[in-house]
Amino acid sequence: MTTAEVTVAPLVRGRTLRRIRRNPMGVVGGALVLIVIIAGVFAPLLAPYAPTEVHFSTPFQQPGTVGFALGTDDLGRDVLSRVLYGIRASLEVGLLSVLVAVVIGVPLGLLAGYWRWVDAVVSRLADLMLAFPALVLAVGLAAINGGGLASAAIALGIAQIPTMIRIVRAETLRLKESDFVLAAHTMHAGPVRVLGQHILPNSLSAIIVQATVIMPTAVLGEAILSFLGLGILPPDPSLGIMLSDAQQYLFRTPWPGIFPGIALALICLGFNLFGDALRDALDPRSSS
Amino acid sequence: MTAPLLEVSGLTVSFGDTPAVRGLDLSLSPGERVAVVGQSGSGKSTTAHAIIGLLPGSGRVTGGAIRWRGEDITRAGERRLRRLRGREIGLVPQDPMSNLNPVSRVGRQVAETLMAHGMSGRRQAWRQAVDMLGQAGIPEPGRRARQYPHEFSGGMRQRVLIAIALACRPDLLIADEPTSALDVTVQRQILDHLEKLTDELGTALLLVTHDLGLAVDRTSRVVVMSEGEVVETGPVRQVLTAPQEDYTKRLVAAVPSLAAPKHSAATDVEPVLEVSNVSKEYRVRGRGGVLRAVDDVSFTVGRGRTTAIVGESGSGKTTTARMVLGLVPATSGTIRLDGAEIVALRGDRLRAARQAMQPVFQDPYASLNPMWTVERIIAEPLRTFRVGNRASRRAKVAELLDQVALPSAMSQRYPNELSGGQRQRVAIARALAIDPRLVVCDEPVSALDVLVQDQILDLLAKLQAELGLSYLFISHDLAVVRSLAHDVLVMRDGRVVEHGPVEQVLTAPADPYTRQLLNAVPGATVFAG
Repeated sequence: MTTAEVTVAPLVRGRTLRRIRRNPMGVVGGALVLIVIIAGVFAPLLAPYAPTEVHFSTPFQQPGTVGFALGTDDLGRDVLSRVLYGIRASLEVGLLSVLVAVVIGVPLGLLAGYWRWVDAVVSRLADLMLAFPALVLAVGLAAINGGGLASAAIALGIAQIPTMIRIVRAETLRLKESDFVLAAHTMHAGPVRVLGQHILPNSLSAIIVQATVIMPTAVLGEAILSFLGLGILPPDPSLGIMLSDAQQYLFRTPWPGIFPGIALALICLGFNLFGDALRDALDPRSSS
Repeated sequence: MTAPLLEVSGLTVSFGDTPAVRGLDLSLSPGERVAVVGQSGSGKSTTAHAIIGLLPGSGRVTGGAIRWRGEDITRAGERRLRRLRGREIGLVPQDPMSNLNPVSRVGRQVAETLMAHGMSGRRQAWRQAVDMLGQAGIPEPGRRARQYPHEFSGGMRQRVLIAIALACRPDLLIADEPTSALDVTVQRQILDHLEKLTDELGTALLLVTHDLGLAVDRTSRVVVMSEGEVVETGPVRQVLTAPQEDYTKRLVAAVPSLAAPKHSAATDVEPVLEVSNVSKEYRVRGRGGVLRAVDDVSFTVGRGRTTAIVGESGSGKTTTARMVLGLVPATSGTIRLDGAEIVALRGDRLRAARQAMQPVFQDPYASLNPMWTVERIIAEPLRTFRVGNRASRRAKVAELLDQVALPSAMSQRYPNELSGGQRQRVAIARALAIDPRLVVCDEPVSALDVLVQDQILDLLAKLQAELGLSYLFISHDLAVVRSLAHDVLVMRDGRVVEHGPVEQVLTAPADPYTRQLLNAVPGATVFAG
């Protein structure tokens, strides 16, 4: 069955792309996202050295040094290579967090919007989680799970579940009263069909937009967790760890900290701008 | 001949590069009433907005001139326009629900207009506002002026908007579909009142409407617009009884009229649907009371025939239709489909009952899943009832598209690529996919323009003749009912006030409410022929 193709088709049909292209901020965001993804995906090909390769004879090289375009850090590791691999790790964490939030949040949101008794349970639990700041929650969960990329990503994803539930629940509440869902009921369509084929596809744009919000939040969260030593474990490269390592030499040799900082800012900026443009483009009320 | 109050010549308005109004000429003498009539997208509202300099978004006047008492206001500055609006030209907008500030007292909103134009000081303004509200037909204006908009019904809000528009005694009142959101009986009261007020004040009226009947009843001259151009203009009776242009002829012919019904009296046929003594109660939250939305309603729908339920908003007609469809459980009473009780059915028997009846909803924009292709939409009932395989379903969709007169190429389109009429045809095709015996049509044509409405009604009649379908037809419009129904049920406040064959109900109504409804239909005398 070609459900995926059919349901996503109207979203990505020319109009949406055209609208993003017409929005200058969207173009900048899209370009940044593209650059970041290329950097992350092709890090092994682009990086001149392995990220953990140590050059004891050449610590604290200036950017522009032959062989080390962005210089080296306190252990003589190539900053460029580590930034590239760090971006890769950030994207992995971001994607995994989005996956966790979507896989758990979307079904719960659908059920909560559709049945009141589920709503009573799910929404109270979501409220409970929302009572804690997402980052505090993630720090706590990561501390319980122990370190590592996957555990940090899952913790950050879990922290984003309540907002995802709320968004999908609101969409479901709106859509379940719509005439096409009533029509489906008169065709004796069961809840699985109504939720899966009518409500979910029509909520996709809201879900996708929320994913573009979760992505940079998780990337930033990973940096913070790693900075605190709860995220990715050294010597694996991470933008957060690089910032953390660099801070003790920050006044003497700032570049090992500046470049990962710039990379982090660009990832977040790119996804935020792209997400905003996507939201505007997908909104049927905004005129073309 | 007096100098014209408003003179528009060669007006062209464009949104971006798309012209919405092309070369429009219009002139209005003091105290004159003129109607601008057209279907949606004809540029009639754009014209009204251009006159008062309130074009939305990228709209620009790109040609022609608008003269107000000889003064060119086409490119007047914002200061001049602000003095013009309200003080010299009043506007009654279309939607009474969204055009009042919900957090401000009604009297204050009228007084504000007076103060903004320096018509009166703070103290006087309130007293004048109360006066205006009283003149606009609001009972107990002193008390009601202190209320908020949510405490007013739609009709009452429209009166407030009229009071605001007339507060500064403008010389021209532009009314943009002032009553299209209201029930016919309320519409009649509002327009009667508006007419009286403008008469007393000597205000000229520019009425923008899609309803030819309103134009005939309320104005002396009409401008018929289509696709941004004036098609025909002249004295209203002449244009609408002896139209010269083809477009106007088609428009007039498509107006559903109250003349002798098409269908003769019912010879006895076996009933497909029998509804007896059905009621629906809702608990009113907080107050512990019970609202009877539908109260002891009984009727039948004969095989191959149409029973229409007519009523205004809140009459319980849609709730009745939803109970028949099994979307809302009935509180009491029985509903039989082909002799078998369907209230509180579950499982396989509910499935069988649902296979025998299908709905067509009012708003074709909301009733089709926007993410699906037309083919998938029409095939949905076939899939849920597991009829046929993929190939046979595809063939059936092609056949259905043919039946509703849509080209087979439409099957791969999405709903937002279709017009309103085309979407309603898709909805009808979907309803017919599983060969139901009964089709429940809930206001199927009230969201459509008059020409399209006529085509859809013809299609429904044709399908009934060919397939022997039975219709339960819900409508607020007696004239629409006339062309399709065999039996009519008039509902008010959840009760049936009159029930009988269509010709009897429409030509010799027994109940005073039915008479009131019939009298309120605009243009009844002119289009009855």
